[in-house]
Amino acid sequence: MFESKSGILWVGGLGFFAFAFLSNGLLPMLMVTEPEKTAEQMVNSNVMYQFEELSRRYPESFAEHVGEPTEQRCADMLRLGRQIYIGEGCWHCHSQFVRPVSNESQRWGKVAFPEEFHNELQRPVMFGTRRVGPDLSREGGRRGNDWQAVHLFKPKMVSSDSVMPEYPWFFDGSPDKPNLRGFAVITYIQWLGSWLESYPYYEELDELQQAEDY
Amino acid sequence: MITSAGLVDHSDHEKLVISQLVRWHFLAALLFLTISMLAGILMALQLVHWNPLNGIELLAAGRWRMIHTNAVAYGFLANAFLGALHWSVPRLTLRPVASKLVSYFIFYAWQAVVLATAVGIIVGPSFQTAGWVADLSRQWGIAFSLGAQGLEWGETPFWVDPIALVGLALVAYNFMIPISKSNTPMYVTLWYFIAAFVWTFLTYAMGNLLPEYTVSGANAGAIGGLFIHDLVGLFVTPLGWGLMYYFVPILLKKPIWSHGLSLVGFWGLAFFYPLNGIHHFLYTPIPMFLQYGAVVATVAVELVVTTVIVNFVGTLWGEGKTFVTNLPIRYFYTGMIMYFITCTQCAMQVTLTFQKLIHFTDWVVGHAHLVMFGVFSLWIFGMMTYLFPRVLQRQWYSSNLAEWHYWLSTIGVGIMALDLILGGLFQGYYWASLQPWDVSVNGSQPFWITRVFAGLMMFGGLLCFLYNLWMTYRSPVTAPVPVEQPVAKAAT
Ligand code: HEC
Ligand code: HEM
Repeated sequence: MFESKSGILWVGGLGFFAFAFLSNGLLPMLMVTEPEKTAEQMVNSNVMYQFEELSRRYPESFAEHVGEPTEQRCADMLRLGRQIYIGEGCWHCHSQFVRPVSNESQRWGKVAFPEEFHNELQRPVMFGTRRVGPDLSREGGRRGNDWQAVHLFKPKMVSSDSVMPEYPWFFDGSPDKPNLRGFAVITYIQWLGSWLESYPYYEELDELQQAEDY
Repeated sequence: MITSAGLVDHSDHEKLVISQLVRWHFLAALLFLTISMLAGILMALQLVHWNPLNGIELLAAGRWRMIHTNAVAYGFLANAFLGALHWSVPRLTLRPVASKLVSYFIFYAWQAVVLATAVGIIVGPSFQTAGWVADLSRQWGIAFSLGAQGLEWGETPFWVDPIALVGLALVAYNFMIPISKSNTPMYVTLWYFIAAFVWTFLTYAMGNLLPEYTVSGANAGAIGGLFIHDLVGLFVTPLGWGLMYYFVPILLKKPIWSHGLSLVGFWGLAFFYPLNGIHHFLYTPIPMFLQYGAVVATVAVELVVTTVIVNFVGTLWGEGKTFVTNLPIRYFYTGMIMYFITCTQCAMQVTLTFQKLIHFTDWVVGHAHLVMFGVFSLWIFGMMTYLFPRVLQRQWYSSNLAEWHYWLSTIGVGIMALDLILGGLFQGYYWASLQPWDVSVNGSQPFWITRVFAGLMMFGGLLCFLYNLWMTYRSPVTAPVPVEQPVAKAAT
């Protein structure tokens, strides 16, 4: 068997692969029992608050590119925003899971839990493998829409040492005129973590910490 | 014929090999390697604030980072391996490939796949908001991306996947037919090849279809991990080692040291490697028992790897001077040394203790370059250095340039890997100490700047090689360069 064609083909090639696939792939897949949530079901009041805020802050651009700030439009924006997040390779610089180690829960808040990934917008799951920039799974509501817009347009404007690339093509010429892609990405960012009951306010924590140090 | 009885006449080998395809695949490989390296340099420049192209949509660093990894895997490695397969399989089986036509078709189809992937990744996102995309999505009830898909190395746009799968199936068919027809005992290389054909197809299908179209969520991430890992472990690794088992004994003119160890190495890899995938996502919400399983299997792989390395060191034993005098052998064994280092590193970094610190940092990027460039690319450079004179019927234009290529590549990747591994440790400590994020970005600058220069060294090495090749092409045909003969199979 060890040196025969059939042994190598059936046992080594197919058999061992199948064994690994069943035990390491299919088994965990089958452990997911609840049905996958749709983007519509993932829209919540926190992200709607930001979505409506976008429509008030950039009324003309919003009306032109997005239309009405309805829940359906919000879900559409989440889908599109996720596609752009993938297409632009944001996930090669940003992770989306908070680990239970290395003080990560102090920096970003609640440790990642399985239920938050069981939805359409995490197919394929956006765990990421590299952090050049910070984890984004708790980013929603952390910054205002205007901050996010300016940051995407030219990160150095708000974060002087940033190495994040510029994305002027999310805008019609200036950071106060997001286009469809801009709105979609900002909505998507504001959605990340919006399902949690409360946001951790890191900046405040930082300041408190520093105040204590002095 | 390769029989345990000894050597027979090999003059007919020439006729079995389509040497034009060996050449074409190698040239395509070098073209994509050049593109990939330029993309890597672009991303490296972005990270040190020196990107002159920042803000140009079609040259976006984020998109080109995906070109970097995809061009390397599917453009460079796949093409180089196809070239080497065309050279070695007919010689090992004494039969031509199943069909010449299919071979040529694969060549063109595969370049189309790589180019389509690149075009999809680069321009796909720009068209994502076009009206017809929205219409189609609504009609079919699926939200599809024109550009990259969201899995590392599975970025290949969904509309390229079917073509790539057909291509891979044809590759398997084309090379499996001569293998199945041959009735001599199979040499080690062919074990690896058979397994690799099956695995590559299955891995590609699994990674590109399941995570995108089946279940979502953390447990489905396990499939993603399996894919990232299997692409390296079940496509690149078996083909790479298979070719080492082929070329090393031929160049050293002696059989592999121990047939028994070859068996241990192959079957150990076949069993343990596919079980490693989840080690890419430790500390995620994937069930802990699976994570522990992956850690144990990974450590087991390192033990298997050690047996393979011992086997090759045993083969070199007594011929140590060829390491100095014979450039392809030097490439091969340098790669093996780096392989051993990478695998030792892997056995450490896979432990949960290490993971706390180094996951998500440049440590991993250092590891990736050490194995992809330090091992597999060096092996491929060695094969090319050996084969080009034989398919071109010309001696290398300059052995000096060939030496420069070796040294720039080796030292370049050595610096890059050391630098990034060290930088990764710093990043891990910056993060864990809860300093503002900027501190880690600024603290990484010295490492990232060093990486740019290490990358330029590696690229300089490639330029030496390309210039040397160009001049070799232009020089007149010399007497045919002798092809070394295979040696008798090792006694069991
Ligand atoms: C080259 C790697 C890189 C890429 C690609 C990248 N980022 Fe970033 N990102 C960073 C870095 C570094 C920071 C931290 C510095 C800063 O605030 O700009 C950051 C910060 C951020 C922040 C602010 C986090 C916070 O609250 O402090 C957001 C939001 C963000 N990125 C979103 C994105 C999106 C969306 C994309 C894709 C369109 C993207 N990033 C692509 C590197 C990257
Ligand atoms: C000119 C030389 C090169 C330079 C400057 C370079 C630079 C880079 C950069 C900047 C990244 C992104 C790292 C990050 O996300 O932080 C990267 C990733 C990567 N590169 Fe290169 N690279 C070079 C050559 C190569 C070659 C030749 C190969 C393979 C044969 C390779 C394989 C990879 C892989 C596999 C990754 C992904 C790493 C990961 O996600 O962990 N690189 N490279």
